[in-house]
Order: sequence, then structure tokens, then C-alpha cells
Amino acid sequence: MGKNLTMLQAITEALDQMLGHDDRVMILGEDIGVNGGVFRSTEGLYEKYGKDRVVDTPLAESGIIGSAIGLALNGMLPIVEIQFLAFIYPGFEQLVSHAARMRYRTRGQFGVPLVIRTPYGAGIRGPELHSESVETFFAHTPGLKVVAPSNPYDAKGLLISALEDPDPVIFLEPTKLYRAFKEEVPDEMYRIPIGQAKVVQEGSDLTIFAWGAMLREALNAAKKIEAEKGWQCEVVDLRTLYPLDRDTIVQSIKKTGRALIVHEAHKTAGLGAEIISIINDEALIYLKAPIKRVTGFDVPVPPFTIEDHYLPTVDRVKQGIVETISF
Amino acid sequence: MEKTGNPIMKAHSGGTEPEMFRVLTPEGEIIETIDGKIDKSLMLKMYESMLLLRTFDRKSINLQRQGRIGTYAPFEGQEASQVGSALALSAGDWMFPTYRDHGAAIIHGQELYRVFLYWMAHFDGSICPEGKRIMPPSVPIATQMVHAVGTAWASKLKGEQNVSIAYFGDGATSEGDFHEALNFAGVYKTPTIFFCQNNGYAISVPFEKQSASKTISQRAAAYDIHGVRVDGNDIFAVWLTVKEAVERALKGEGPTLIEAITFRYGAHTTADNPNIYRDQDEISTFWRENRDPITRLRKYLNKEGHWNEEQEELVIKQFNELIDAHLQRAEGHPKSDPLEMFNHVYAKESWHLKEQKQELNQILRKGGKK
Ligand SMILES: Cc1ncc(C[n+]2csc(CCOP(=O)(O)OP(=O)(O)O)c2C)c(N)n1
Repeated sequence: MGKNLTMLQAITEALDQMLGHDDRVMILGEDIGVNGGVFRSTEGLYEKYGKDRVVDTPLAESGIIGSAIGLALNGMLPIVEIQFLAFIYPGFEQLVSHAARMRYRTRGQFGVPLVIRTPYGAGIRGPELHSESVETFFAHTPGLKVVAPSNPYDAKGLLISALEDPDPVIFLEPTKLYRAFKEEVPDEMYRIPIGQAKVVQEGSDLTIFAWGAMLREALNAAKKIEAEKGWQCEVVDLRTLYPLDRDTIVQSIKKTGRALIVHEAHKTAGLGAEIISIINDEALIYLKAPIKRVTGFDVPVPPFTIEDHYLPTVDRVKQGIVETISF
Repeated sequence: MEKTGNPIMKAHSGGTEPEMFRVLTPEGEIIETIDGKIDKSLMLKMYESMLLLRTFDRKSINLQRQGRIGTYAPFEGQEASQVGSALALSAGDWMFPTYRDHGAAIIHGQELYRVFLYWMAHFDGSICPEGKRIMPPSVPIATQMVHAVGTAWASKLKGEQNVSIAYFGDGATSEGDFHEALNFAGVYKTPTIFFCQNNGYAISVPFEKQSASKTISQRAAAYDIHGVRVDGNDIFAVWLTVKEAVERALKGEGPTLIEAITFRYGAHTTADNPNIYRDQDEISTFWRENRDPITRLRKYLNKEGHWNEEQEELVIKQFNELIDAHLQRAEGHPKSDPLEMFNHVYAKESWHLKEQKQELNQILRKGGKK
């Protein structure tokens, strides 16, 4: 009924099942065919489905995303893999000006059901521009949906939902978690709704909001704090970054009265600011302390020799919890 | 100020012009065999379509001056390119026009009143008739070219007998998407037609400053696709070239890059003043006298006894009435409801848009009470 899979394996399984399930599904990207992707997330699919379904494209992000838009307009269901998030920039315009706007521009006449998958985030000892976390660019774009799973189970269920979504979805895969741990993943094609956050751990003293790779730092910090001080943190995995699940955010604040946001993206105009605004609008009177953010710094992600100092650490998160609770 | 001194197409190539395919000379002589491929009724359709578009275009400029439509991009001078290419397509073919190609869109089936709606900034101006695949005008340069590769690619995968045509200008050939589109189309042999109207200028920048290439069509060689340079003011040549490209595409022979040499007599848009960057009178007069697409076909049709002054007057009168009727329909179109801005962002409205819509709705209602 299920298997223990890494996030990568769960993603491969989802892709495999979707290709098998619907002839219109195609995967496009650089090195995803014969090579099975630089992280091997499409391993075996080229052999199984052939060169027209699992397509090794030219090295051109605008061409890939732009032609995938055309494929989607004309009835296919393309899944694009961008090799690393920061390499999406040559295709950024296709994504924000066209994929995201086609439905709007044509008043619903033509939609672009397209999924863009890409590894993102630091902690993999990558070269320059392999570790960025710029989800805000996409969460600022009406017409796009932004999804970021934090575990194998969610990754499969969210990816299947993303493909079935009539609108373009950018699917951010935390590179650091690709092979970090295994988890039981059901065999069948199950779905996790886009737009719903998940309370991963219940608590009453403070809520930590996180997503992607930072979820593990949040959970670890919460565990340590509980052991050290007896404080119970609620941990919420946002899973969908745009549109956000406001209800879950607000409910949790009503319960705990304190919030800490942990993200590895740069602080300024990071998604944390948006979450604070939502709480401000909807739950200000429940707050017992100012909301804190523990984030990446407002600098380009530094070389890997010092990237650990850029990333929020369990200690920084713990410090944030202490400052918020003892405010 | 540096203007283009030599009006004879210095803007296109910076020197003597490489050969281009031409069938009908400016004097109205046929110099290539057309093998009965273009019969009288098609010739008349071509001619009348060009007249319709010219009437429409001039009218639109006046409407802009009267404040009845917004900024407008005229195409007078480019009628043979737009009509000739569009008439070579089948009804189900995908068309990706730019802001200057509403002429082609109209000939491919877009309704005139919708085009007016577009320039009046109505949301509904981008909708094409049911079953047609005329995409909204592309505003960012060259971006639509890759979409046309994608739709054509899907047609090929699905085994559908359709081509996709992308329209663009000479300036677009400097953009990365031009190259990416040609490259993808070459690799996947997609049934895509890349139709460049080289009107010599990208707003103010002449082609000689745009690129060191002598021609645009020569770029096809780099992608190993078919490339043709054609007299864009010769509707027979344009039609035959696009027709051939369609046939090649449907036979699985892949994409074609067509460079149609033409000229826009007027401004880039109604907000632009071409006198700043070119000898407007001299160069426009030269083109009107020596290369105009409508005049040359009329000369031929007159000579053959297919057309006369009375017919001309009559159809122009009919076109004016037709255009007026569409204008009326457009002007009678309900005003855009501000709340429309929230529709169709997503297939299903999400909570934040629902609430923002409500917020605007409340503001609007309060405003009404004042
Ligand atoms: C990506 C992009 N950059 C700049 C512009 C501004 N712009 C609008 S039209 C134009 C010139 C286009 O020239 P060309 O491709 O030759 O087409 P033409 O207008 O002559 O038909 C420019 C620079 C734009 N629309 N899109």
C-alpha cells in the first residue's frame, strides 16, 4: 500500500504515474531525458515514455517555458523542469507576462495548465546561483500559484494537484530535502489540495510558520525549546505560498498569540512580511508580542564555505522563540 | 540629428538589397508564373481586403485623434504582408499577432468591432470568435514566437493538420526569444511560420543599427530551417510564399522564416512622431509612388479589366458603412465594469481576490451614493 521514499523518489513516482495516466502529459527540460535530470528526478521516464513525452530540450529557459505555454494552449499538459531556480530568469518573462496572464488576457478563453518544477534553496554546497530562494518573485505575480513541499508525502500529493490545476503552478522543490529522509508514501495517485497549510505540530505558546527546508529547522528548534523550557510551539507548514492559507494562519495565532516566521529567503519583502500583514489585519488583538522573523539575510546567497551562516539555524530559531515568548 | 538619408531602403540593409521574391512589379506586371494558383476571385479578395484594412486603419487614426479610441498602432503600407499571409491560412490555424497585426487578425476572422474594443481598452477586445485560434496581440516584443512553436508542436504531436503563424517586426529579431523560437522550431520541426514584416524601423531605430546581418531571412540558415525573403508589398509573392510554407509545414518539413520587406508610412503609434528619426515626407512619398501594395495590384487588375473606378468607389463606400457599423457596435458596448478586473485571474477565484473585489465593490457603491 505504500513505500518508504525520499522526496525525489516520491516526485519521480508522481511524474511516472501522471505520464501513465494521461497521454497529454509531457515533461520538458534540460538533461531530463537520457540523463534523468541532474538530480535524477526523471530517472527511467525517458526509457519508459519516449522522447516525445520526456523531452531533452535545448538549453533555453525562455524557449522551454514559452513553448510549454503554447503546448498547454493547444491541449497538452506540460511539466517543465528548470534545472535550478535562479536559472529561471531567462524564462521569467514567459512565466510572469504570459503563463500567468493568458487566462486574464483572453477572458477565460485560453488557460495555461502548466507546472514548473525547480529545485531551490541553500544547504547543498552548490556553486553560485544554485541556492537561491526567491519565491517572492512568483508570489507577487497574479495568475501564478506557488507551492513548496517539505516532505515526500506532500511532494507527491501536491505535484499531482499542481498538474490537475487549470492554472500555472510553480513547484519549488527544496533541494536540501531531496534525499534527506524517507517517509511512507502511498502507491496510489492521491492529492493534497493546493492552498492549504498544515499544522504539523500542535502547541499553545507560539506558532512557527515555515515551509520547504526550513520546516525541519523549525521542528528541531521547537523540540529543543520544549525540552529546555517546557514551551510548546505550534508548527505550521504553509505548503502553498501563493495564495496563502490565511485561515490556518489566523486560527493558529488566535490560539497561541505569538508568531515566529522562519524562511531562508532574504528578509526584505520576503513572504514573512506578508504573513505578518495577514496577522495584523486579522488577528492583531490576539497578539501578545511583536512577530519576529528569522530569515536569510539581505545579501546574495554567499559561497558555500559560509552559507550556513546565511541560513537560519536551529539556534537562531530558538533565539527567536525565546525573544518572542519572553517579550 | 541623424536621419536616414537615402530613402531607398537603406534602413533595411545598409547597402544594396539582396534579392527578394517578387511576382508583381510596382508597375503592375506579373514577372513570375503564378500557374493558375491565384485566380481572379482570389485576386479580388486580396484587393478588397487590402482596401478594407486601409480604410479601417485611416479611420482608426482619426478616431484616436477624436479621443474615441486610445493610442493606436497603424499599419498602412503593410497591407499586402498582412492580407497575403492571413489569406494563405486555414480557418483552424493558430495566429499570434502583435499590436500592429490586427489587419492580419481581421482577415483571419477577428471581428472588426473587437479590434475597436481592443484599442478602446475593453477587456473584451482580446476575445476571438468561438473556435478560432487568434491570440491576443503580443505587446512584449518576440515573446509570442515561442508560443507559436508550442502550439505547432502540440498540433504535430496530436496529428492535427494545422500550422501556427507568428507575426513580428524587424526589431523583434534582436530579442532572445526570436532565436530561441527558431532554434526550438528547427529542433522539433514544428509546423510554425515565422512571418517578419521588416518595415525598416523598430520605433526609431533603423535595421542597419539593429543588426549587422544583411537580411533577416538569412538567419534561417543558422537554425537549418527554410528562409525566404519576399517583397512584402507584393501580395502575390507574399501569398505564394506563405502558402508554400504552410504546405511544407503540413508535409512535416518544418518551420519557415519569412522576411517580408515592407514599410509603415505613418508613425510607430499615434503617440510617435516619425519626423524625428527619418525624412518622413521623402521616404513615405518614395514608397507610395514606387512600392505601394494597393496601387500595384490595382494597376494590374485595371489592366486585366478586373477592376474599375466605379467598383472602387462602391466597395469603399460599403467598407465605410461596414466599419461604421462595427464602430457603433463597439461604442455601444457596455462600459467595462471595474469589478471585471478580478475575473479570470485564475480559473477559480481565490479568497484574496474575492475579498478585494468586495472591497472595490463597496467603494463603488459608496461612490454612487455621494
Ligand atoms: C520586450 C519589449 N521591449 C521593448 C518594447 C517597447 N517597444 C514597443 S514596439 C518597439 C519596436 C518594435 O519594432 P519591430 O519589432 O520592428 O516592430 P514594428 O513596431 O516595427 O512593427 C519597442 C522597442 C516592448 N514592447 N517589448
